Amino acid sequence: MTTTTAPHHADAPTAEHVHDAHDAHEQSFFTKYLWSTDHKVIGFQYMITGLLMAIIGGYMAYGFRMQLAWPGEWIPGVGFLSSGRYNAFITTHGTVMIFWFAMPVLIAAFGNWLIPLMTGCDDMAFPRINRLSYQVFLISAVVLIGSFFVDGGAFGGAWTAYPPLSSKATMNLTPLGSTLWVVAVALEFVAFLLGGINFITTAMNARAPGMSMMNIPIVVWMIVVASILFMVSVGPLVAGAAMLVFDQQLGTHFFDPGQGGDPILWQHLFWFFGHPEVYVVLLPAMGICAEIITCNARKKFFGYKTLIYTVFATGIISFFVWAHHQFVAGIDPRMANVFTITTLIISIPIAEMLFLFIATLAGGQIRLNVPMLWALSFVAEFLLGGVTGIFLGASGSDIYFHDTYFVIAHFHYTFVPIAVIACFAGFTHWIPKMTGRMMNETIGKLHFWFTIIGFNLVFLPLFITGAWGDHRRIYNYDHFPDLTNAAMQDLRIASTVGLLIMIAAQGFFVWNLLWTWLKGPPAGDNPWQATTLEWATTSPPGHGNFHPMPTVYRGPYEYSVPGAAADFTPQHLPPA
Amino acid sequence: MTAISAPMMPLEVKGGAEPPARRQLVSSATLGMLIFIAVELMFFAGLISAFTIVKSTAPPGAWPPPGQPRLPLELTGITTLVLLCSGALAWLSWRAFSRRAATARVTRPLVAALVLGASFVVVQGVEWLRLVGEGLTMRASTYGSFFYMIVGAHALHALAGLAALAWCWRRHAAGRLAPSSFAAVLALWTFVVALWPALYAVVYL
Repeated sequence: MTTTTAPHHADAPTAEHVHDAHDAHEQSFFTKYLWSTDHKVIGFQYMITGLLMAIIGGYMAYGFRMQLAWPGEWIPGVGFLSSGRYNAFITTHGTVMIFWFAMPVLIAAFGNWLIPLMTGCDDMAFPRINRLSYQVFLISAVVLIGSFFVDGGAFGGAWTAYPPLSSKATMNLTPLGSTLWVVAVALEFVAFLLGGINFITTAMNARAPGMSMMNIPIVVWMIVVASILFMVSVGPLVAGAAMLVFDQQLGTHFFDPGQGGDPILWQHLFWFFGHPEVYVVLLPAMGICAEIITCNARKKFFGYKTLIYTVFATGIISFFVWAHHQFVAGIDPRMANVFTITTLIISIPIAEMLFLFIATLAGGQIRLNVPMLWALSFVAEFLLGGVTGIFLGASGSDIYFHDTYFVIAHFHYTFVPIAVIACFAGFTHWIPKMTGRMMNETIGKLHFWFTIIGFNLVFLPLFITGAWGDHRRIYNYDHFPDLTNAAMQDLRIASTVGLLIMIAAQGFFVWNLLWTWLKGPPAGDNPWQATTLEWATTSPPGHGNFHPMPTVYRGPYEYSVPGAAADFTPQHLPPA
Repeated sequence: MTAISAPMMPLEVKGGAEPPARRQLVSSATLGMLIFIAVELMFFAGLISAFTIVKSTAPPGAWPPPGQPRLPLELTGITTLVLLCSGALAWLSWRAFSRRAATARVTRPLVAALVLGASFVVVQGVEWLRLVGEGLTMRASTYGSFFYMIVGAHALHALAGLAALAWCWRRHAAGRLAPSSFAAVLALWTFVVALWPALYAVVYL
């Protein structure tokens, strides 16, 4: 066991590190913001890129929701949406929101901001690999956006990219776009591999003295476990992606049943990654909400160890549920039974986590500030997503619900709380730390309520149309008389109106950002009276984060301890 | 740090007698490499399971496809042994290195490991040329596709491992090789070497 004073000086100290280890010095804009190895700057890069990509994903959603509500009509800002563009829009919406919004924001941005600050170290274990991670990520985003401008347009075979639609240009009509899509996703995976190696290594090797494994804040554990899940699950998909590119460009037949290949093979490789991926984004979101709920309930987190072990259990079980996406793909019914059972089993640890959140809230002195509102709504909305998942996890009912809007509504009731609600929760909670300025509570509450109302209006109607048998992947319902009755079309329009409200609500967010930038009051070191280490340093933290480096004396959630001087006892405070 | 110079050391801290230092599981370089190897292991697991599924669902008599050339069993068996020797030599070099032996005792097995590893890759390449000439191409059949995919992926890893070994050699010659770097490279090369017999068994046998 080696012991060192600072993490990344252990291996091959370079001139650069020795030089700028702790003393900040004047740097040009380029080296400071674009070529930085500082984890906080890289966190901002990921956050800003992720939010910009979310605008692109939201624009796509706007385009196809307008088409679905008023088919064939001219859409302001989009024009007439052809069927090919419609397919490209839904594909890019899904891909962008998962790979270029949820993952960069929840794992990369918050991971970069929080892991070194919460574990009390000066930077990531491998700062230059961290920088490379963002650069590769940026290239991947450029490749994806670029695919809209090549011959044939962007890939339109859904974010799941099932062959043969994705593998044969004669079917998808996007000879270059489909390959660029795979390449962009693969590059994005490389970026997150580099990032994930950093997150795990930093959290395991560079923690402040005294911080035992069971003193690590929950969100750090969550990001670490999410990174492990991502790493273990992504390998088979990378193998599948390589095979897919070979099928597209080299003329191999990995997924061509007529030539000895197997199209179901892709579905297995994809969902072996795709389902753990749900937990890859869910766990950091839950960690963010756990931090905020504990802090604002002014109570110790209920069952810290239970939560950590539950997270490990979730991570392991998440590798045994993937085929519940394939109940109608022609898999053996006996296999479907097995996967139904594992799917129902995984709802137990997730429910347990939500119960722990509720138990933490019970009897607390709850502060309903903006981050807390977001975190509480995460619990409520995610619960709806989780409960409706039971119907889809059971193979019997899934045969009816498969490929209906019920699936879309279920999925978005899990994913919007994860990517949007938890993202805003974490953003509003930690932006005072990262910028040194408080956000506006009133504008924040307006933003919150309009977003939540809009979001529910988008997806509640879709549960109903889905239960009525409304099929997804249909560009224009005018061609399907069974699906064009007035009641269904009204619900579709309601859903689109909800989306417009949700998009308009983001105006409050932009307003709040500008307000914070121009006249946000100074935040001080610890505006929320929180206990974890990131609040022990200045806002924003300087280069090297802590002066002096902290030592940890207790667990992360010592709120309202009887007999203590204040209702919170920070981790770094030496015992009296 | 003694108790006198650290009067604030609390009793609750686990292992309170230890100095307040950052504890590492293993060196960061090795941990990062081990995580990377885990990813690569899953990558090959994906390839092998895909290969096994396609192979097992092929109609009787269609695998390997009739009319396609057979893979060179014996020659590859020999190169497998060569690669295993290379791995053993790399470990010998590490042993000498960690015991701070004379430079030559570190360098000689390291260079031998490099040469044997490189010869493994070269023989593979020559065999590929022969097989392609005989009609086993990536497009000809899924048999060929999987063969080049899996063996090619391993060859890329072998090249990366050889480059890393060569880098270690140069650093050591300059007297600047950190033990953690060598350990990470050794982990990578061990992975490349240990994976190959499994791939040989699945793809060739």
